[in-house]
Amino acid sequence: MDNISREPPLTLPHYLFIFATVYLLWLLLVGELSRHELILGGLVSLVVTLVSAPHLLIFGGVKLRIDAPLHLLRYLGYFFVALIRANLDMARRILSPSLPINPSMVAVETGLRSTLGRLMLANSITLTPGTLSVDVKGNRILVHWVDASPGVDLEAATREIAAGFERHLGGFLR
Amino acid sequence: MRLLADLFLLIGAAFALLSALGLLRMPDTYNRIQAGTKAVTLGALSFILGIGLLYPEWWAKLLVIAGFILFTNPVGSSSIARAIHLAGIQSWQRAASDPQALKAPQEDKSA
Repeated sequence: MDNISREPPLTLPHYLFIFATVYLLWLLLVGELSRHELILGGLVSLVVTLVSAPHLLIFGGVKLRIDAPLHLLRYLGYFFVALIRANLDMARRILSPSLPINPSMVAVETGLRSTLGRLMLANSITLTPGTLSVDVKGNRILVHWVDASPGVDLEAATREIAAGFERHLGGFLR
Repeated sequence: MRLLADLFLLIGAAFALLSALGLLRMPDTYNRIQAGTKAVTLGALSFILGIGLLYPEWWAKLLVIAGFILFTNPVGSSSIARAIHLAGIQSWQRAASDPQALKAPQEDKSA
């Protein structure tokens, strides 16, 4: 993986973030908020954080800013609209007798530098209407289009999709 | 509440069916992945929502399941797509002169 940039080292806020994530996961899995579970979960999360954080350099891509949760919420809203549109679009294609598809491959550049940022962007592209992330090379994501209508500038269309997600992802990921 | 839950379960089943249909109808691996990933992701989320309405006390675990599905499903699809891309398999192209090409793909390497 020589083409992926070095991750920045984790800082103390990142350790706190990983701890909070693990703790939240514990509480969701336990499903109750008794004092017993809160204390035990805290201890387990602390141990897990200390042991696993050196291997979780991918979390270095998270921007810990005060407005990050707002961007995350906006991203989720944007993402779910795209997901539902993708499904209706795919349902229409599958059900129409002529199977209106015309596949093609396009590469798109991304401004997100962290591994986590690119992962999220590639995942988002996979779940949007008519596109599938095939490969990530450096800062280029290879995208498969299910319907490349002749006459449409695919490069521009792909950039537009990526830019829509990047605008929201950039708020909380590097 | 029961009716709403049933509705979401039905939508989930419908999208699972669509995705299976897509797997059958699409001509090559890339397009099968396209059909499979999207519909199954939304179908599974719809299932989870329906079950959450039926058993509200399970919401925390269901939320975790939904999160994992949302995160791992596209990763799995992209991994398969990357593998066949690195193996040198090209995407299927519709032959311009032959509108019936769909019924008889010249060479189905993905099979």
